[in-house]
Amino acid sequence: MLNYLWGFMIIIGIVVGVLNGNIGEISTASINSAKEAVSLCITMLGVMSLWTGIMQVAKSAGITDAFTKILRPVLRLLFPKIPKDHIVNEYIASNMIANILGLGWAATPMGLKAMSELKKLNRNGDTASCDMCTFLIINISSLQLIPVNIIAYRSQYGSVSPTEILGAALASTTISTIAGVLFSLVARRLSKLN
Amino acid sequence: MQFLLYVSDYIIPFVIFYIVGFALLMKVPVFSEFTKGAEDGFKVVFNILPTLIGLMIAIGILRASGTLNLLAGLVRPVTSLLHFPSELVPLVTVKLFSSSAATSLLLDIFKEYGPDSYLGRLSSIIMSCTETVFYTMSVYFMTAGVKKTRYTLVGALFATITGIIASVVITKIVF
Repeated sequence: MLNYLWGFMIIIGIVVGVLNGNIGEISTASINSAKEAVSLCITMLGVMSLWTGIMQVAKSAGITDAFTKILRPVLRLLFPKIPKDHIVNEYIASNMIANILGLGWAATPMGLKAMSELKKLNRNGDTASCDMCTFLIINISSLQLIPVNIIAYRSQYGSVSPTEILGAALASTTISTIAGVLFSLVARRLSKLN
Repeated sequence: MQFLLYVSDYIIPFVIFYIVGFALLMKVPVFSEFTKGAEDGFKVVFNILPTLIGLMIAIGILRASGTLNLLAGLVRPVTSLLHFPSELVPLVTVKLFSSSAATSLLLDIFKEYGPDSYLGRLSSIIMSCTETVFYTMSVYFMTAGVKKTRYTLVGALFATITGIIASVVITKIVF
């Protein structure tokens, strides 16, 4: 997907640039963008490491496990058909907690494990079960406590207050997740009727 | 709604205080755990650097050539009816497919308009509450070997659009 996207962006950009007579700007922009990506990553190294460091502390203090347990009753509501002690509950909870804490790279492996377990529960059919739909809709609605990388980007580009958007971001991510949850609950109910 | 600005100030210190304080109570060697975790941050950033360089070059070219302004101009009649800034249409569209490409567009908006402008704030908030719908769905369903995805796409798009509308409204009220 990204191969086509990237290729087309470059080709279209240069063609439009030639038509607009902006070819000089393009050559400066490509050099400068490459340099900028590196200096951005230096800022990100700091902010990311702050966050992953704090999260490691949380993990060894047992805080992430505790949150995983707190999620249990929520999972019963969202996935009523999954057996209570099934390992998939564990995977789904870890995936959600990692997403909420902004550890996307840790979330994906857990999420994929959850998906293959859900497939087994679904007798390996090639049609998605309601549980799979719910899991992905909530995953994509992306509840996130602190968008760490956005803060890093904002501070790199000279924001006076990189964190000022946190409250508003938390409010809108909560709203989008509520929308995802409600949709999943209603869709499950409707698909049962059919 | 000023409340949300207070939340913004308190959330990071509070989370760090809570985690470090609780870890001390649990007798966790906090500093060595912190440095161990910080190493993971290095790995994450180094892994995305090549992608980011490539995409920032592409977006840089699109901006310098005038393509982004051209696109924004094309969609303006529609977006102005929806009270949505046309400059952010490329961002929200690309975000459905690729997170790193959307990041490059976000940085371009910060560069053009500033992170503390209306567009800068709104795009920060939209990026925080949306996810790469098509990418995530294809990765997860491909792994599980599922072909018929039923109502997943509709539900995911519904949540995403709700998030974008909420972002626009909240940004208008708070800032």
